[in-house]
Amino acid sequence: MIEFILNNETVRTDLSPGMTLLDYVRYEANLRGTKIGCREGDCGACTVLLGSIRDQKLKYISATSCLTPLANVHGMHVVTIEGLNTEGGLNKVQKAFVDCSGTQCGFCTPGFVTSLCGYALNCENANAMDAVGSMDGNICRCTGYKSIERAAAVVADQLQEKDHNLPLKWLAGEEFIPAWFEDIPERLGQFSAELPVSGEKAIGGGTDLFVHHQDVLQEAPLKFLFGKKDLTGIEFSDTECIIHASSTAADLIDNARLQSVFPGWHSYMKLVSSTPIRNIGTVAGNLVNASPIGDLTILLLGLNARIVLLDNEDLTRTLPLKEFYLDYKKLDKMESEIISRIIFDLPDMDSHFHFEKVCKRKYLDIASVNTAIQIRMSEGRIIKEIHCSMGGVGPIPLYLKNTVSFMTGKVLSSELIRESVDILQSEIKPISDARGSADYKRLLASQLFFSHFIELFPEEIKGEELL
Amino acid sequence: MINIDAHNHVSGKSIYLDDIIEWKGTLFALPFDAPVAHARLDHVDVSKALSMSGVVVVLTAKDIPGKNQIGGIIADEPLFAEEDIHFWGQPIGIIVATSERICRLAREQIEIKFSELPVITDPREAHAQNKLICPPRNFQLGDVTSAWGQCQHVFEGKVEINGQEHLYIETQGAYARMKEDGSILIASSTQGPTAVQRTIAKVLDIPMHKVEVDTVRLGGGFGGKEDQATGWAVMVALAAQKLRKPVKMVLHRMDDMRMTGKRHPYSADFKIGLSSDMKILAYEATFFQNAGAAADLSPAVLERTLFHATNAYFVPNVHVTAYSCKTNLPPNTAFRGFGGPQGKFVIEAAISKASESLGVPAADIQKQNLLNDGDEFSYGQIVDQCEAQNAWNSCEEGFDLKSIQERVRLFNEQNSHIKKGVAVQPICFGISFTNTMMNHARALVHIYQDGSVVVSTGAVEMGQGVNTKLLQIAVRKLGVQPGSVRIESTNTLRIANTSPTAASAGADLNGKALEMACKSLWERLEQVAAEHLNISNLRVQNDILYDNQQKTDHTWHDLVQKAFQLRVNLSEHAHYATPLIHFDKEKGKGHPFAYHVYGAAILEVTVDCLRGTYHFDKVQIVHDLGVSMNVHIDNGQIEGAVVQGIGWMTLEEIIYNKEGRLMTNALSTYKIPDIYSVPSEINIKHLETEGHELAIQKSKAVGEPPLMYGLGAYFAIRNAVSAFNPGKEFAFDAPYTPEKVLMDLYKGR
Repeated sequence: MIEFILNNETVRTDLSPGMTLLDYVRYEANLRGTKIGCREGDCGACTVLLGSIRDQKLKYISATSCLTPLANVHGMHVVTIEGLNTEGGLNKVQKAFVDCSGTQCGFCTPGFVTSLCGYALNCENANAMDAVGSMDGNICRCTGYKSIERAAAVVADQLQEKDHNLPLKWLAGEEFIPAWFEDIPERLGQFSAELPVSGEKAIGGGTDLFVHHQDVLQEAPLKFLFGKKDLTGIEFSDTECIIHASSTAADLIDNARLQSVFPGWHSYMKLVSSTPIRNIGTVAGNLVNASPIGDLTILLLGLNARIVLLDNEDLTRTLPLKEFYLDYKKLDKMESEIISRIIFDLPDMDSHFHFEKVCKRKYLDIASVNTAIQIRMSEGRIIKEIHCSMGGVGPIPLYLKNTVSFMTGKVLSSELIRESVDILQSEIKPISDARGSADYKRLLASQLFFSHFIELFPEEIKGEELL
Repeated sequence: MINIDAHNHVSGKSIYLDDIIEWKGTLFALPFDAPVAHARLDHVDVSKALSMSGVVVVLTAKDIPGKNQIGGIIADEPLFAEEDIHFWGQPIGIIVATSERICRLAREQIEIKFSELPVITDPREAHAQNKLICPPRNFQLGDVTSAWGQCQHVFEGKVEINGQEHLYIETQGAYARMKEDGSILIASSTQGPTAVQRTIAKVLDIPMHKVEVDTVRLGGGFGGKEDQATGWAVMVALAAQKLRKPVKMVLHRMDDMRMTGKRHPYSADFKIGLSSDMKILAYEATFFQNAGAAADLSPAVLERTLFHATNAYFVPNVHVTAYSCKTNLPPNTAFRGFGGPQGKFVIEAAISKASESLGVPAADIQKQNLLNDGDEFSYGQIVDQCEAQNAWNSCEEGFDLKSIQERVRLFNEQNSHIKKGVAVQPICFGISFTNTMMNHARALVHIYQDGSVVVSTGAVEMGQGVNTKLLQIAVRKLGVQPGSVRIESTNTLRIANTSPTAASAGADLNGKALEMACKSLWERLEQVAAEHLNISNLRVQNDILYDNQQKTDHTWHDLVQKAFQLRVNLSEHAHYATPLIHFDKEKGKGHPFAYHVYGAAILEVTVDCLRGTYHFDKVQIVHDLGVSMNVHIDNGQIEGAVVQGIGWMTLEEIIYNKEGRLMTNALSTYKIPDIYSVPSEINIKHLETEGHELAIQKSKAVGEPPLMYGLGAYFAIRNAVSAFNPGKEFAFDAPYTPEKVLMDLYKGR
């Protein structure tokens, strides 16, 4: 039985754990404020908030309910737009939307309001930029967003006074949320621990599989791994970073250690999908999806990560990520195996890392080409070690082994980069599709390869010498 | 006044089609469609689907009691494909089952056998094979043939303009239920309730008075639900009639994108001639409109392309020709601007070509040729109350165009692989349905005995705020409090024979009818007040009655009660038809527009010449609203339209493969602007004018015109690209996606 709190009601249901939360909310609970725009996590009209206790605190994440199986919200507080309406009428976020004319046809509006309410619940140093960022997964076709930006600025301003010791009390008092939210932490304690893991087909956040296979998955025997305690968390040893498989992209973006180790970390990770998808999409899910343009995959390939696979008998084996991909959507993995951990070496002082991604739309889009690079330099500008990955240029996420082996041990120079790009071109095989023509992807591959060096070594490598 | 729906929208309380709580026994329908763009339909085997538990019926063309025909302008579009398939995604029938999920699973079990025929996706190819939707159209002014000789400079070129997916966030849908005596109630997410009613009557072979269409609101329309909402409503009506049960259909996004038409792609040739002082003396253009597989609204869209072929410029010698080319794409349809933007893009490309070839800034040529009062449009209408120069000058001076251009020039000098571009985009857009007979509307107003007022018109609320404007009109005319007036759904039993809510004219037409209805009611109440309440000069403010400026003891409620007791008619149904307009389609001459809307915008972009990506820094607009009756709503329309226009010119790329299959069939592959991709700044100034008598309360129509500021996005990027890669000839091929930008940046390098 799946148990959760839906707004202010406790729900216990025997419905299929593979039913989407969206269908449950709209057609079982008859809460029609949550809308259906695309059923593939790309519009945000179905955004809900998922609350759970983390580090002794009630935390909320925004999520696209269209891709979330019911099982994944077991033990959580699910908040829809109806649960954000206060007794006095409009909450502060809603009022800001009204006052700033941030709604026209209104169909996307509950999703936007829900996302921004999630920001109000979670934010620690409220500012307009992050408030806008909380709505990066919401699409509006009417307003042109400027009025929504203005509403976000108003809300961010009002949140300056937020009491971070007693956030729920403050938010309820200021009419951001209904007063009954204050009881939620206690009420969440009533639920039994995790659902027992059973089933056959492993599923994480659902952000890939539920896009195309919702109807089949609804009744399929699924093995739900999302949020499992022994599969989440990011740990560090002196030399390694260990990412447990069910950690989400949001866990990565928020990780303070990774942010300090990789100066561009936050901006790279912002390029990955959108906030509500990062909140539920798992790292292992991105890897096993085997998309040739998976952002996390490319990023981890560039870090020369290793993965640990676990089978039914609890036996593990470790292999380099670059050996995991055999052919289009074909993995060196048995059906019974799941990824349990992803490990990469932490960079030393001489290491440099960079990630590039170009798509039609900078955010909330799938790459035409994406690429990551890690270089370890030694004295005399010699490349001691280099890893470079590239997506969108072949049937698998590509580790550019010829290119990096050519560059290893050589002196970094514009000339070397120009010679290397010829090798790069010989090991990529892009095809024409909705994300661009093969010719474009070839040109873009070179340009992004150049960009790595221009960005990482601005003193040594000048754009004018490469372009 | 803030949008009256805003409160419910932000609370999730507004009711859209799929939010109607299902009547007991409701069944769900799903279309199944052609998996090929052009073929003979040999056989459809639905037996496996029918055998599935929960599947109730599968309906195809043979189950239609009336005509298998949904074409509006031309009867060339079957509801369900019968012998031939003409586009990928063409509906062949519907599955009706106890749940949507069962419908979808059943659809996978349907086997369609067909024999493929050659596919045409390119309008020029269709034109070459003489596959035309309707006879070609052309507009002429002066004599281009003799004018070329007088031109100092003549340039020719070719232009490609892609379509645009509407991407209303609420997909198409309808919900039907039988009433007694074979009549049907249909809730439909449509901009054109009458079109739905008329078509259902035709297909189901019942009179129109047995079909009640009710539309509360749409989750976005943009033209995509003007004609193309009809088919789905007919399908559920058909199923409801067959099964005598409520039937609902709401399209999945990917079905919607695959099966519905979009903004028309165009291919065009232009020839432009200028004098030595940059006056455009002659302009010739041939437009090849990609209509798709059936007429839909294409002939009307085609006509508006010609109406706006010279944008905001006066050209003394014009010859523009347009072909509506029949291809194997879904029938393309209305989309905000209705062919006008494509017409304008071509002359802007021609000016750009002249500018690049002559080394004269495009803005200088644009400014030199702006319309003036007394000028003649190529369709014979004489320009009056012209604001083209006024808007340009106000934009140029108010936003200091010179210093922007100088700043951009300096920036480009100092930066090697980041370049800026700037473009100015003037607009002129005619307001009225160009089909004169459609310019009418009705309003029905009841004052109930408790003093509350209910208003029905033919206008459909789809986010443009027409209900708010209607409420403002009623409040202003009757003097009651806003809370006393309710704007009801658009319903064919209350308001008959409506034109669709389109052409930016919803508020003008329906608002004028509402003014008339309120005026009649007011006159009757005035008489009651004079004769029975001793108020000789009635004025109502916030429900209180005044005699001149003198407050009385009487309230609105008293007055209504008195009138009711006296058996005075407290209901009024008024009819408005736009005066003055006419157009002779044969001659291509007349006075088709009630008035024109003008404006000008400056767009600034930064292009990353390493990666081919770009971002708009600023869009600054001077727009002619007349005397805006609601600045919140009108500014929202401007901001939304300009972003939609920029989207069309930049990110939004529709790709059909050679077989006619839509490759950009989901939100993951078709990208519209998100919150980060819109211009960092949009500044709007209103042009101060007196407005126009034919605009509702002198507040000009605003839905479509500002979209065309977005055209400038293309040219701003192009200017930045040229700054990086000078001296190259680039194609005119919209949208300017990051792909095309990068290819142009490195063209010939």
